[in-house]
Amino acid sequence: MSENQAAVSAENPQFYLTEDHHPENSTMLGFWIYLMSDCLMFAVLFATYAVLGRNYAAGPAPADLFDLQLVAINTAMLLFSSITYGFAMLRMEKGDKAGTLAWLAITGLFGLAFLGIELYEFSHLIHEGAGPQRSAFLSAFFTLVGTHGLHVTFGCIWLVTLMAQVAKHGLIEPNRRRLMCLSMFWHFLDVIWIGVFSLVYLIGVIG
Amino acid sequence: MSSHPHAPAQESAHNTHHAQSHGHEAAHGSFKSYMTGFVLAVILTAIPFWLVMADVLDSKALTAAIVMAFAAVQVVVHMVYFLHMNSKSEGGWTMLALIFTIVVVVIALSGSLWVMHHLNTNMMPMNPEMMKNMP
Repeated sequence: MSENQAAVSAENPQFYLTEDHHPENSTMLGFWIYLMSDCLMFAVLFATYAVLGRNYAAGPAPADLFDLQLVAINTAMLLFSSITYGFAMLRMEKGDKAGTLAWLAITGLFGLAFLGIELYEFSHLIHEGAGPQRSAFLSAFFTLVGTHGLHVTFGCIWLVTLMAQVAKHGLIEPNRRRLMCLSMFWHFLDVIWIGVFSLVYLIGVIG
Repeated sequence: MSSHPHAPAQESAHNTHHAQSHGHEAAHGSFKSYMTGFVLAVILTAIPFWLVMADVLDSKALTAAIVMAFAAVQVVVHMVYFLHMNSKSEGGWTMLALIFTIVVVVIALSGSLWVMHHLNTNMMPMNPEMMKNMP
């Protein structure tokens, strides 16, 4: 068969590659570019907040509203979930399915704890009359922090989906690729949260 | 390529084989690198929270500058130890995409603040009476 092919190619020499040569798995690069575009979206929301963050419309200011202890706990939750996801990836490298699933479950619990605390904070703010419609500052705040929270929500859904996939099919190549994509997504959300707690909460409380 | 000018079949066979056995690149850290990143991240998070919550410094501008500096360093720590960024991965394309994104983010952020600051300072001075009659 290969002789036949060689004969055909000798008659019709081909001066181009029929298949692109990928030095590495290109899914990771594609997903990274998605993350960068997501980063641009967050940059616009950060810019909006930076511009509108001091327009209180005679309403409450960050120092009146934000409870930094709650934010510190929230930050810890997200940071713990990042490191536990890292441990899940290390278990995956070893081919340890049960260990991967266990660490993924712990990661998901930290993610849910983060979301629970954030929803509690939002409901508390709205209950105090500091909802998104109160002032430009609060509109920008809820949009920025809410978009991040929405990303974490989708990350949690994705995490549960992948846990079901791994439980059913094991650590096969497609599942490894998906877990690596979610790993990048999850760590990326932690990077965005650094910007949120620094620019919004800490700088906001400083005044 | 140039060393096998008469062997396109071999070349394509090689490509097929390559596509099947590419596996995944060694884009993961070790336990040690994850822990290093985690400890650094905890320190870089704890210090700004402590500065603000305990009200350590008198100058607000200095505290704000330190908070932002720590945030910038922590972003780099996360990029290196958790996202495993380096100039080699994917043949340097991830780094290129990152640099492009950083340039656009910096332009968007600083440009927005600059333009809106000038708009605010160049607004016609207003007294409360005029404010009340605004459309």
